[in-house]
Amino acid sequence: MSDRQRANRTLLWKLLAFAAGAFGFGFALVPLYSVLCSVTGYGDQTQLQRKAAVAREHPDLNRTVTVEFLTSVASAGEWEFRPVVRKVQVHPGQLFTAEFFAHNMTGRNQVAQAVPNIAPSSVAAYFHKTECFCFSPQKFTAGEARQMPVRFIVDPALPEHVELITLAYTFYDESSRVTAR
Amino acid sequence: MADHALDAAHDHDSHDHKPHGWRRWVYATNHKDIGTMYLVFACTMFFIGGAMAMVIRLELFKPGMQFVDPQLFNSMTTMHALVMIFGAVMPAWTGLANWMIPMQVGAPDMALPRLNNFSFWILPFAFTLLLSSLFVPGGAPAGGWTMYPPLVLQNGASFPMLIFSIHMMGASSILGAINVVVTIMNMRAPGMTLLRMPLFVWTWLITAYLLIAVMPVLAGAVTMLLTDHFFGTTFFTAAGGGDPVMFQHIFWFFGHPEVYILILPAFGIVSEVIPTFSRKPLFGYEAMVYAVASIAFLSFIVWAHHMFTVGMPLAAQLFFMLSTMLIAIPTGVKVFNWTATMWKGSLSFEPPMLFALAFLFLFTIGGFSGLMLAIVPADYQYQDTYFVVAHFHYVLVPGAVFGIMAGVYYWLPKWTGHMYNVRLANWHFWLSTIFVNVLFFPQHFLGLAGMPRRIPDYAVQFTDWNMVSSIGAFGFGLSQLLFPLLIWQCVRSGAKVGNRAWEGAHGLEWELPSPPPYHSWTEAPSDALIARGASH
Repeated sequence: MSDRQRANRTLLWKLLAFAAGAFGFGFALVPLYSVLCSVTGYGDQTQLQRKAAVAREHPDLNRTVTVEFLTSVASAGEWEFRPVVRKVQVHPGQLFTAEFFAHNMTGRNQVAQAVPNIAPSSVAAYFHKTECFCFSPQKFTAGEARQMPVRFIVDPALPEHVELITLAYTFYDESSRVTAR
Repeated sequence: MADHALDAAHDHDSHDHKPHGWRRWVYATNHKDIGTMYLVFACTMFFIGGAMAMVIRLELFKPGMQFVDPQLFNSMTTMHALVMIFGAVMPAWTGLANWMIPMQVGAPDMALPRLNNFSFWILPFAFTLLLSSLFVPGGAPAGGWTMYPPLVLQNGASFPMLIFSIHMMGASSILGAINVVVTIMNMRAPGMTLLRMPLFVWTWLITAYLLIAVMPVLAGAVTMLLTDHFFGTTFFTAAGGGDPVMFQHIFWFFGHPEVYILILPAFGIVSEVIPTFSRKPLFGYEAMVYAVASIAFLSFIVWAHHMFTVGMPLAAQLFFMLSTMLIAIPTGVKVFNWTATMWKGSLSFEPPMLFALAFLFLFTIGGFSGLMLAIVPADYQYQDTYFVVAHFHYVLVPGAVFGIMAGVYYWLPKWTGHMYNVRLANWHFWLSTIFVNVLFFPQHFLGLAGMPRRIPDYAVQFTDWNMVSSIGAFGFGLSQLLFPLLIWQCVRSGAKVGNRAWEGAHGLEWELPSPPPYHSWTEAPSDALIARGASH
């Protein structure tokens, strides 16, 4: 092997190692970005953590608020839709689950969605739904009946004068959407 | 006298060791044969990708859905980009590098000939895999060439084909780039110092380093997509703690240097063509080298300007905006130096010069719209509109593609020993230049008026400019057919040319006969020849 061939081979291996390093660097970017974000606060990670902290339970046991549930359906007689419990007493800061019952009596397979409303409306900002059947359309086969959960936290920062919160759902199915149009 | 002796020696050499028939190409280790295969491959892909662009423009000729369904339309935009970037422009540059770099640095061949064969022959397999995805259930990739998750993960059977073809293209271009670096660093003739190298060699050296640095990052990004899809990792899946925006960051860390990979060799070619036809040395040779190096460096720290709207802190937006605008400085140096080279030159307008001049004007237009896109608040309006499409096509078609055309028209007489049909080449130039503007200039207006990209239908107020643009596209596409015709004619026949096919040309390749011997510089060129070539 001549000197030049040897030099070529050496440089070839160096460059291949460089390429392999670059391949590894692509993967290293994943942790590097999280380090960058947590050090600088970019990407709103601190804000996300603050949001997450709200979700952790710090119940204010000295205070009790009544939450009542109302339901209505867009087309009477085709759906049964009601809360399992009509009224609950909750402590602000406590995670709570309420169940709603829906029964499809239209005789067809249906996709339906509940639209929430909170009263008084000024309280809406203090009422955090962490999970809700109203977040997505719900599929029902003909005659199907089932319970669906909503999980919520009443913010401990809820103004002092509020003692009653009303969560109301209206249930729409596909056919009501068509008639609405 | 010395030249004659040298020619005779080459003539003797050129008659041996040349395999014939299919073995010459499949077992090829000769830099010219491999360069030719790269160029033929690139030309084929240019027409396949061009046909896809025709489908896009046909559908956009009128509002409403005419010819293709939206899924196929999206496949066409995705595949057009992948085929043109990885199949046409990059292999064309590697082909030109193969042909020219050994001749320009005084080497007999590329440093690693068998690796060279391997890196070429990966490509037909990669593109067979990619193009055959058009025929699998679910159709070809349709989520855009940028492959953003989660959309790309929903692509059915073509998804793994896309990923593996990207892996193969990446391997091919990394190996090709390594070969270029080793050739330039180790195979230069004695006396060919770094700052005597022609600018095409310089720009390719820097391009090769960019390729080695970022193609593996793309390979990593698509590997993460693959494992996310099939092996349950969650690099980009929020449900498992990943982040889809992370993919965009990694992709554009590759993607921005990639756009300079596509354009830097064109800078090199224009830097050789303009002095030849101005009959003056290049103005500011060293400044040109440093400008290319600084553009390459800056290309690593501007990637997030492709994704201003994903949600980024103000400080990051400011940083990426300012670093992007900084690129205008070395680019401005280059444009100034090309113009200054022509100043008081003895200009003539042969086809390579025409393409280089069109490059100079039209690439600069693309550069200006790039500056507009760099401005964060303006970018919020332009993001994902036809303005972006107009911008990057101005830098890629009359930029990179015209650079390739200029290079081919410049060196074709050297390769074949024949002068081509200059009249036909002029037709090719004028038709291309007129239609490329008819094609892409109205897209600026469409984008500013709010027409989104990658959508098969549009609101009726965009109809007129879309029709104009489509007419430009058909004209541009048809006029490209002259190009292979002209090359074929030139290979078969034509007036014989001497060593120095253009009387103003400088550089070692013009000291070799036309066509050059099979092995370029079996004896290193003398210092006098090198000095004559490096006239800057």
